[in-house]
Amino acid sequence: MRMLTFAGRNTKEILRDPLNLAFGLGFPLVLVLLLSAIQANIPVKLFEIQHLTPGITVFGLSFMTLFSATIIAKDRGSSLLQRLYTTPLTPMDFILGYTLPIIPIAIAQCVVCYIAAIILGLSITANILYAIVFIIPISILYIALGLLFGSVLNDKQVGGICGALLTNLSAWLSGIWFDLDLVGGAFKKISYALPFVHAVDMERAVLAGNFAGVFPHIWWVLGYAAILLILAVLLFLRQMRKQ
Amino acid sequence: MDAIRIEGLTKKYKDVVAVDDLRLFVRKGELFSLLGVNGAGKTTTVKMLSCLTQPTSGDAFLNGKSICKDSAAVKSLIAVSPQETAVAPGLSVRENLELMCGVHGFSKGKQNAKISELTELFGLESVIKKKAGKLSGGWQRRLSIAMALISEPDTLFLDEPTLGLDVLARSDLWDIIRSLKGDVTIILTTHYMEEAEVLSDRIAIMKDGKLLICDTADNIKGTAKTDNFEQAFVRIVKGVAK
Repeated sequence: MRMLTFAGRNTKEILRDPLNLAFGLGFPLVLVLLLSAIQANIPVKLFEIQHLTPGITVFGLSFMTLFSATIIAKDRGSSLLQRLYTTPLTPMDFILGYTLPIIPIAIAQCVVCYIAAIILGLSITANILYAIVFIIPISILYIALGLLFGSVLNDKQVGGICGALLTNLSAWLSGIWFDLDLVGGAFKKISYALPFVHAVDMERAVLAGNFAGVFPHIWWVLGYAAILLILAVLLFLRQMRKQ
Repeated sequence: MDAIRIEGLTKKYKDVVAVDDLRLFVRKGELFSLLGVNGAGKTTTVKMLSCLTQPTSGDAFLNGKSICKDSAAVKSLIAVSPQETAVAPGLSVRENLELMCGVHGFSKGKQNAKISELTELFGLESVIKKKAGKLSGGWQRRLSIAMALISEPDTLFLDEPTLGLDVLARSDLWDIIRSLKGDVTIILTTHYMEEAEVLSDRIAIMKDGKLLICDTADNIKGTAKTDNFEQAFVRIVKGVAK
């Protein structure tokens, strides 16, 4: 109950910021529309709607990192967290309270992208529902990154690291915008050592109904999500003790 | 039983002793001020008493509960209004109060009653639907203290509650703090000498983590041989008056 109250407050704070709505829901939508328009004029296999949409739904999650990191960093800066640390809320209440509200937002973002894709010609199949379900572990990975950055950075640094650096890394190293085989070498190796391209490949496999193709990508996603979540919890508890 | 009994409380950060063997007591219902220049150890003392920081040695007891061994019980007795205005900016005034009711596990009935009571006490009716982030500094401070009082604490820590407020807003807040005296034990830290003198039952002056004096404002002035409290503070901190 206490945790839900705190989670409810976090949901309101995120959804009442018009910039969050614009970037969280609007930006991925614009990308789907824009790249589909490019595809209509200059056909590129990568930008075909069934390839593009899973990538955009994963890329859109980098905004979830920004949301969670920003709200934690702002709460730390404003002493609201200090006040709440003197209440009966437990460390687990804080961690769940910051994590859970963003999952429905991530799902909503994914649903909006798929609705737009259907309007643009994506075939309606049950695989879309599976793709939305598979977005949940990926969203936890991105939220954990936010919890991690929010625990160590101030709100201005969060804007730079999560808003600029992470969104770019998540875009370049994910194989959404260009085929990683075209670059190859160390770039491709680094990309496949990170979770972003695995998340995109997994979503593409699910949408295509190729469930065998989910492996081994899902292990990369789950592994990174678990490690980042553990690291994020440790760093959050560390800053909690420091307060 | 005293509201607070501090026994040899010490906090060290590497080579720096922020609070050094502090020993004092605060009576129930008393408004007790902690004064000192920057780095005197006031905020560290408040952080230790509110279980935000572990002491290096010593202990303190709030209503007999140890801050070291029974911090959960201590947290249920206290509330803190931090120096920075600690409100949720995207929530309305009412939603901020509801948030504090929720994290303390209040029923819907108790929540409504408590919010009505505090809204009236702090005169928040006119701003109840406004977003906290859009309020002036004075209104945010009022809301911040109202949020601290939601849990009906035995002891309330007010860390520089009137910092940066204009004269009228400060005067209004003083009236509210006065109205709380007796019901709640209040620990006030402030840099405003006049505020401490006007509001406090007793005042402790700290320097370099050590307690220099703890007495009523009149007795402190007597010790420093002056009628002016600010002058008395300066003399005591500079070591002119012993």
